[in-house]
Amino acid sequence: MELVTPNLGTIFWMVIIFGIVVFVLKKFAWKPILNALEEREETISNALNAADEARKEMADLKAGNEQLIAEARKEKEAILRDAMKLKDSIIAEAKEKASAEARKDIENARQQIQNEKAKAINEMKTQMAEISLMIAEKLIRKEMASDKQQQEMANKLLDEFKLN
Amino acid sequence: MLTFTKGLFLSLLMVVTWLNPVAGQSDDGHGSHPEGNSHAEEKFDAGKFVIEHVLDSYEWHIASVGEKHINIPLPIILFSKYPELHEGRKLHIFMSTKFHHGHEDYRGFRLSHSEEYNGKIVELDAHGHEIGRPLDLSITKVVAGIFVSVIVLFSLLFVAAKTAKRNRGKAPSGIQNLLEPVIVFIRDEIAIPSIGEKKYKKFLPILLSLFFFILLNNLLGLIPIFPFGANVSGNIAVTMVLALFTFAVTNIKGNKHYWKEIFNPDVPWWLKYPIPLMPIVELSGVLTKPFVLMIRLFANMLAGHMIVTVFISLIFIFGSLMGPAAGYGVSPVSMVFSVFILLLDVLVSFIQAYVFTLLSAIYFGMSTAESH
Repeated sequence: MELVTPNLGTIFWMVIIFGIVVFVLKKFAWKPILNALEEREETISNALNAADEARKEMADLKAGNEQLIAEARKEKEAILRDAMKLKDSIIAEAKEKASAEARKDIENARQQIQNEKAKAINEMKTQMAEISLMIAEKLIRKEMASDKQQQEMANKLLDEFKLN
Repeated sequence: MLTFTKGLFLSLLMVVTWLNPVAGQSDDGHGSHPEGNSHAEEKFDAGKFVIEHVLDSYEWHIASVGEKHINIPLPIILFSKYPELHEGRKLHIFMSTKFHHGHEDYRGFRLSHSEEYNGKIVELDAHGHEIGRPLDLSITKVVAGIFVSVIVLFSLLFVAAKTAKRNRGKAPSGIQNLLEPVIVFIRDEIAIPSIGEKKYKKFLPILLSLFFFILLNNLLGLIPIFPFGANVSGNIAVTMVLALFTFAVTNIKGNKHYWKEIFNPDVPWWLKYPIPLMPIVELSGVLTKPFVLMIRLFANMLAGHMIVTVFISLIFIFGSLMGPAAGYGVSPVSMVFSVFILLLDVLVSFIQAYVFTLLSAIYFGMSTAESH
């Protein structure tokens, strides 16, 4: 029976002690502990949110980067293509120019040669005429040393003319 | 490692001596009371042994070595109802050693052995007759046990609070780390679901205090080494006060809806008028709730303590019935069972602390619920 009869003294002390325990713990233990807990939870959730955002930003950045890279690659290709075209055209132009120049040079050379040739021929012609005249003169002079011979010559020429 | 083994051996020795049945046989036989002589024979009384281990007492018995008892004396505080019998003084404070284990009277007080006041302090009239109990506010073994557990509780929680303050916004460390999961559990699994997101904060300190106080007392009660091992949470006065705190908070914080549900519930009118049937049922519910809390914790913890002592006393029952050999033969079995029950009690300690807190939280939640 004593076991299930609450003892007044124990009740008295228990009320006082537990009252103090509740009061003191509330003020000096639960408050700081719970505050710290909440603060930490907030910090953690904030950090998680920040991490999430950072991850999203990262993904955005990555997508942007990829786009940028793709664009850059395209641009590079375009530039390369342009450069190639330019190169080809430059080469073609240069070739054309070179060939035109060469042609012009050749033409000039040919012209010059022609001119020189004509000049030479003309010169030769005059010289030959002179030489022929000289030879002819000499020949004639020699042939026409005597009158007889002159006669004969004249005849002969005449014959020749006749033959013509 | 050597000191550890030594300590383990010492504590084992302590357990064995703590459970020494000689203690149960009391120290009567040569006392000043005529009643004492009936206990003189050297027979082991298991029932008495078990009950004395779970009952409160005026001194803290640690061990008995042969006929010598090692006791921690505790202060006795009495308010006499008849100051004229005690040198005209009302308040009397003295140590329990003055009674010499109940063999001597002191200042007109006696540690009674009579049927009516067995084990309690009574006042004596001029002729040495017991005339009733004074107002007894002694620091008994249970009260001392409460003090011990409160000291442990405070030192644990203040250290945790200090680290919590120091580690603001950082990772927890030390004891804080140990306590925080429990605190979070009580908050997230008990307080918030039972009371609701909006109001739980108001009740969290009392719930946490209840839980840790009960748990610590349960667990310390299982350690059979001084200054622990007092049967605190298996004492009905202790559980009664705990239940009264829940009762008080429930009814003080109870809102209009709570009181309306008690005195004017939504039931057909003939259940309320002319005989207020439902209000009576509801009102009795208000009282039975804390009553059930009190009984549940008390009975569970008491049973745990009793079963362990019963298993240990089996050794001595067998020993006294069939000789010492039987006692030694039974002891390993008893030990195994005791250890098993002790481990079970560790589980029960947690469960009972949890259940008490959970039900308190549910009652708080009911008293502050809004009408739906």
